[in-house]
Amino acid sequence: MSEPRHRLMDFVREEIMPHRFCSGCGCGTVLNAFTNAVEGLGLDSAEMVCVSGIGCSSWIPSPYFRADTLHTTHGRPIAFATGVKILRPDLTVVVIAGDGDVAGIGGNHLIHAARRNIDLSVFMVNNMIYGMTGGQVAPTTPAGVVTTTTPHSNVEPPFRVADLVVAAGASYVARWTTYHVFPLLESMQNAIKRKGFSFIEIMSQCPENYGRRIGLRTGIDFLKQFKEQALRVEKANGMSEEELKDRIVIGKLCDKERPEYVSELHRITREQVDKLKKEMGGAA
Amino acid sequence: MALDDNKKRYINHHGGKTYFLLGDEACAYGAIYAGCDFFAGYPITPASEVAELIAEELPKAGGICIQMEDELASMAAIVGAAWTGARSMTATSGPGFSLMQENIGYAIMTETPCVIVNVQRSGPSTGQATKPAQGDMLQARWGTHGDHNIIALAPNSAQECFDLMQDCFDLADTYRTPVILLMDGEIGHIRESVVMPELSSVRHTSRKRAERAEEIFGGQELIPGMIHYGEGSNVHVTGSTHLANGMRDVTTPHVHDELIRRIYKKIDSGREDIVRIETDTVANGKSRVGVISYGASARPARGAVKAARAEGKNIDFLRLISIWPFARKQVAEFSRDLDLILVPEMNLGQMSREIERFVDCKVIAVPKIGGVPHTVDEIHQVIMEAVS
Amino acid sequence: MIVRFAGFGGQGIVVSSYIIGKSAVLDGKKAIQNQAYGSESRGGECRGDVVIANEEIYELEPTNYDVLVAMTQPAYEAFVPLLKPGGTLILDSDLVVTDKKLEPKKIKKHAIPATDIAFKKFGRKIVANMIILGYMNTLLSPVSESALEKAISESVPKGTEKMNLEAMREGIRLAREGKG
Repeated sequence: MSEPRHRLMDFVREEIMPHRFCSGCGCGTVLNAFTNAVEGLGLDSAEMVCVSGIGCSSWIPSPYFRADTLHTTHGRPIAFATGVKILRPDLTVVVIAGDGDVAGIGGNHLIHAARRNIDLSVFMVNNMIYGMTGGQVAPTTPAGVVTTTTPHSNVEPPFRVADLVVAAGASYVARWTTYHVFPLLESMQNAIKRKGFSFIEIMSQCPENYGRRIGLRTGIDFLKQFKEQALRVEKANGMSEEELKDRIVIGKLCDKERPEYVSELHRITREQVDKLKKEMGGAA
Repeated sequence: MALDDNKKRYINHHGGKTYFLLGDEACAYGAIYAGCDFFAGYPITPASEVAELIAEELPKAGGICIQMEDELASMAAIVGAAWTGARSMTATSGPGFSLMQENIGYAIMTETPCVIVNVQRSGPSTGQATKPAQGDMLQARWGTHGDHNIIALAPNSAQECFDLMQDCFDLADTYRTPVILLMDGEIGHIRESVVMPELSSVRHTSRKRAERAEEIFGGQELIPGMIHYGEGSNVHVTGSTHLANGMRDVTTPHVHDELIRRIYKKIDSGREDIVRIETDTVANGKSRVGVISYGASARPARGAVKAARAEGKNIDFLRLISIWPFARKQVAEFSRDLDLILVPEMNLGQMSREIERFVDCKVIAVPKIGGVPHTVDEIHQVIMEAVS
Repeated sequence: MIVRFAGFGGQGIVVSSYIIGKSAVLDGKKAIQNQAYGSESRGGECRGDVVIANEEIYELEPTNYDVLVAMTQPAYEAFVPLLKPGGTLILDSDLVVTDKKLEPKKIKKHAIPATDIAFKKFGRKIVANMIILGYMNTLLSPVSESALEKAISESVPKGTEKMNLEAMREGIRLAREGKG
C-alpha cells in the first residue's frame, strides 16, 4: 500500500523535501499559506512563474514550490519578473522574497513596479534581519536592536514597507503576520486575483539569527508577540504615532483599480501594428 | 527563430531601401530585423539613440520596448523575457555596462540567450560622458566575477551595426549565452548609408529546444536545449551552481567544476564558428609590418595602410570583427612573416596585449584617448616610422 | 569634400549637414555626417560636419575642412582657422564680420544675407539654411540638385516642404547670379 500523500504535495517539489528551513522559521508557514492559496484559487502551476531573490524566504519558491521558477540575483526579482510578465501576460507571476531583497538592495525596483502598476504579486517575507548571512541589520530592523553589524545597537528607524508601496501607487497592499495564517491565505488569493501590482508584507520570524538577540528564542515566542502587537488597520486609523509604537498594523491597506502596465504596453503595440498594416494596405 | 507576420510585414515595409542612419539607429533596425521581441534599457549617452529608435519602431513589428529604473533592472528584465522564448536585448554605455555586470554573470550562469549593446564612451566613471572610446574591451571579457567565457563583436560602420545584430542574436541562441555588441561612441554617432535587406535574404538561427526539463542545464549536450516558461515543465532557473535539471547543488565540488568547464568550453569549442575577421594583405608576402585594429579605430587604420601602400610600402592589415573569443589562430597566422604589428585602438593598449599573447613578433600599441578617434595621418606617421 | 556647418542651435545647422549627407547617399556616393552631442550641443554653439566621397571614407572626424558655412560670429572665429588653404567660406553677411588675420591663405569667400532674405521673402528666418544649401550646392556641386531636393523634402517637417524647396531655389538663383 502506498503511503498517504498530502493533498498539497502536487504544489511542492516533493523530490527535494524535507525542506531546510530552521526550526521555528516563518518561511514554512508562508509556503503553507501560499500552496493553500494557489490550490484554493484552482490555479495550475503550469500557469505560474515564481520569481525569487537571495535569502531564506526566496527558498519558498526556489526550490520548494513546484512551478516555473526564476531564482535571481539579490535584490532584482521584481525586475526579472517584469520581463517575464510583459512577454507572457497570461501567466500568473509571483515574487516571493525577503525584506533585504525587496526593501533593501532592490527597493528601487519595488517602488517603480508599484508606480507602473504591473500585474505582479509580490509577497515580501519580513523577518527584520539578514538571516541567511548571519544576522546583520536590515532596513526593517527596529531601532535599538543589537545585530552582528550594529553591535552597539541599531540607530536607524525601520522602513514601513507596505505603507511605502501604497504611496508608490500599487493596486493592492496588505500586511499580515505568520500568526494570521488564514487571513494571509485569503489575502494572497485576493492579491493574485487583483489585476495590477499587489503587495503583501508578511511579518515573519527568524528565531535563529534575530530572535535570540531580542529574547524571542522560539517561533512560538514570536507568534505570541505578533498576536499582541497586531492591530487591525480599521482600528489603527486615526491613532497617533505614539499609540502605534511597537504595534503591527495588519489588514488590507489598499485595494483599487488602476490602468495596468502590461495591458497598456500591449495596447500600444497592437495599435502600432494595426497602423502599419493599414499603411501597407493590409499586406502581410 | 521564425519571424512572425508582424515582423515580416515590418521588414517588407523597409526592405530594399537605403537609409542614412546613425550607427545607433542602424543597430536598432538590425535588432528588429533579427527578430528582437523585447528591449529594456535606461538612457545614457551615446547609446540613447538605440533605445529611442527601438521605442519608436519595435511596437510596429509587434515587439515591446520599455525603459527601466536603471541598468541592473534592464538586464534583469531581458533575462526574464528570454525565458519566455523571446529574443531580448538592452543597450547602454560604460557606466551602465558596469552596473549590468552582475546580471550578465547571471545570464552566463543560467545560459540565457540575450544581447547587450555597449556603445563605449570615455571613462572611467563619468569621464568624458559624450565622447567615444574603446575602453571596455576587457571589461566585456572579464567584467562579471568568476570564470566565464563571452562572445563580443565590434562593428566599424553603421551598416555593420545593422548586420552584426543578426549575428549577435543568432550566436546568443546557438551558444545559449549573452552576446555583447561592442560598439563605440564614434561608430554609434556617425551617420552613414545603410541598406535594409529584403525579407527573402533574412535568415535566422533557431534556438535549440530540449525535450526533457531534466537536461536543460547539462546532461549529454555541450549546449543543452531550452524549455521556456509556460510550457508545463516546472523549469528551475538559478544563478547558483546547479545540476542538469537546474536544481541547486552548491557544495559538491565536481558539480561546479563540470558546470563551469562546460559553460566555458561551449564557446571555446565554437571559436572557429564565432570568429570573424577581415584581412587585407599584400600579395607579394614582403610585408614586415602589419596593422591590427577594430571598431572605429579600424577606419583611420585602414586609411593609413592604404596611404602607406600608395607610397610603396608593404603593409598588411587585419580587422577584428569578433573581439571575444579572441581570433588567436587567425592573428598568429597573420603575424607569421611579420616583424612588427601596430595596434591602433581608442584605449591605452587593451587588445594589443591580447594580440601579444599569440604572436612571436613585436607588438606596439598605437593608443588614442581623449575622446577623438585617430586621424589617418596619425596612424600613417606611426607606420612610416615603423617601416623606416 | 569635407563641409562644416556651424552656428547657433535653431538655425538648422545639424539638419543642413544631414541633408547634404543624405543627398550624397541618394546619389550613390559615400557620406558620413557627424555632429556635436550632449550638453555641448545645447543652448549655443552648434555644428554639423559632412564628408562626401566616391570611395570608402577612412577619416571619421576630419580636423580640416574644404568648406565652412558659418552662421554666427563665434562659429566663424572658432572654425575659420581650420579651413584648408584654398577652401571655401560661406557666411551669412548680416551675422558675421570677417577678420583676415584669422583666415588661412587663398580661401574663397562668399557672403549672402541668407537670414534677412529668409525673413523678408518667406517670413521665416529658419529657412536661411535652405538658402545656404541651394547656394552652396550650386557653387560647389557636392551633390546633384535632384538628390538635394529629395533629401530636403524627406527631412523637413511635413507641410513645410514647399517653402523649404523655394528657399533652396532662392539660394540656387543667388549663386547663378553670382551674388555674394
